[in-house]
Amino acid sequence: MIRKASEINETSPWQELTPGGEIYEGGTSLLVNTGDWRTETPLVNAEKCKLCMLCILYCPDSSIRVQGSQELKLDLLHCKGCGICAEVCPFGAITLGREER
Amino acid sequence: MAVKDRLSGNEAVAIALRQIDPDVMGAFPITPSTEIPEYFSQYVADGLVHTEFVPVESEHSSMSVCIGAQAAGARAVTATSSCGLALMYELLYVAASCRLPITLACVNRALSGPININNDHSDSMGARDSGWIQIYAENNQEVYDNFLQAMPIGEHASVRLPVMICQDGFITSHAVENITLLEDDEVRRFVGQYCPEQYLLKADNPLAVGPYDISAYYMEHKKQQAEAMKNAKQVILDVANRFEALTGRKYGFFEEYQMEDAQVAILLIGSSAGTAKVTADHLRSQGEKVGVIKLRVFRPFPMEELASALSHCKVVAVLDKCEGFSASGGPLFAETRSALYDLDNRPQLINYVYGLGGRDIHVGHFEEIYHHLFKIVSTGQLGERYIHLGQREA
Repeated sequence: MIRKASEINETSPWQELTPGGEIYEGGTSLLVNTGDWRTETPLVNAEKCKLCMLCILYCPDSSIRVQGSQELKLDLLHCKGCGICAEVCPFGAITLGREER
Repeated sequence: MAVKDRLSGNEAVAIALRQIDPDVMGAFPITPSTEIPEYFSQYVADGLVHTEFVPVESEHSSMSVCIGAQAAGARAVTATSSCGLALMYELLYVAASCRLPITLACVNRALSGPININNDHSDSMGARDSGWIQIYAENNQEVYDNFLQAMPIGEHASVRLPVMICQDGFITSHAVENITLLEDDEVRRFVGQYCPEQYLLKADNPLAVGPYDISAYYMEHKKQQAEAMKNAKQVILDVANRFEALTGRKYGFFEEYQMEDAQVAILLIGSSAGTAKVTADHLRSQGEKVGVIKLRVFRPFPMEELASALSHCKVVAVLDKCEGFSASGGPLFAETRSALYDLDNRPQLINYVYGLGGRDIHVGHFEEIYHHLFKIVSTGQLGERYIHLGQREA
């Protein structure tokens, strides 16, 4: 039975799950909000950021992108708040702080 | 056309493997199963099979090879015994939960310690809750026949579970018996091609196998596994029927021997059943109504069928070639006693633990057991039910 990951959720009965939990497509992490593990959130100071993109290389969750070639865009659905971006930023443009939710 | 030969149980499995020509074998030697990959590696070297033979550094790895290969879409096999099976323990569960129908030739040997290389069932009984189908053999012919039935059972779409084909170490694996083989093309037709719906090497459809399962999904996947094991019961019977049509040799969940009017019976697994049958014949010739049930399929456990087969007996001895250390009997005893609970009129049940670490059991022992059963019938006194047989006593 081919069932897409987007068709399976925590209310699906056992008859509708794939055998052994097999997943028949790539990129299914896009469906899952793992960002809610986060306790601290990176904040970007656009004035200090030079768009060197070092943070993008270091981010273990590929949660930082460049938006419109002008500014950093954080994917907060997947960012775990590890703070590596803030640590590697040569310009002190990223700080970790509390997030208003 | 049937081919007559004389073979050990290990040779019979190796020949079955040559005839099946599996895609991958994960191989690591351990007594008494070593000969299976040994003989088979000769077939590989001689170009008689197309199998990718992967000699690894441990049984943990041989089962890992099988899991990877089977997930990729290949038919994977391995063989092991005793501590080798124990070292696979974690992977046995992975294979079953990933629903990968790997076939394992288990040559039963005592599990350490003390270290011992001879036969009992403690290795596979230790793996009884791992989610593998377990089929046991009395003799070399049954080992061969069971092995040919393993893949059609495990690979069936409603089952998708790994299968352990068990035989008694040295007694069956090394003793040579006359045996009837099938022709190679008959085997290939019977076993068929492995055609999984999804597999890792299917380029047009990416697949992830064995993902992390959070508690919101784990219970559902275990329920699926439990249902698959229930489905296996009908598939085991269907495959046995197909095998009987091909060979004339009949198989089921268990063999009933002289059971029609038996007052007392012995239930056991494996090679000792032959000795039990000889004893039953002897006592029958003296007018005693005795019978034997030899269990072939331990997983799935044929609970209703076994209860029905034993229901007319007065007293039954369940023989465990395995010590479960429950302080109240071995694993076959526990499950059989549970099976009988649903009957309105139950036979009484006693347990003998026997044959550990290769300790012989002979006709005299079986006579002793039958006499014990008749004594219970005549006195109505059950006495001790958890008995060890064959050890020296002060």
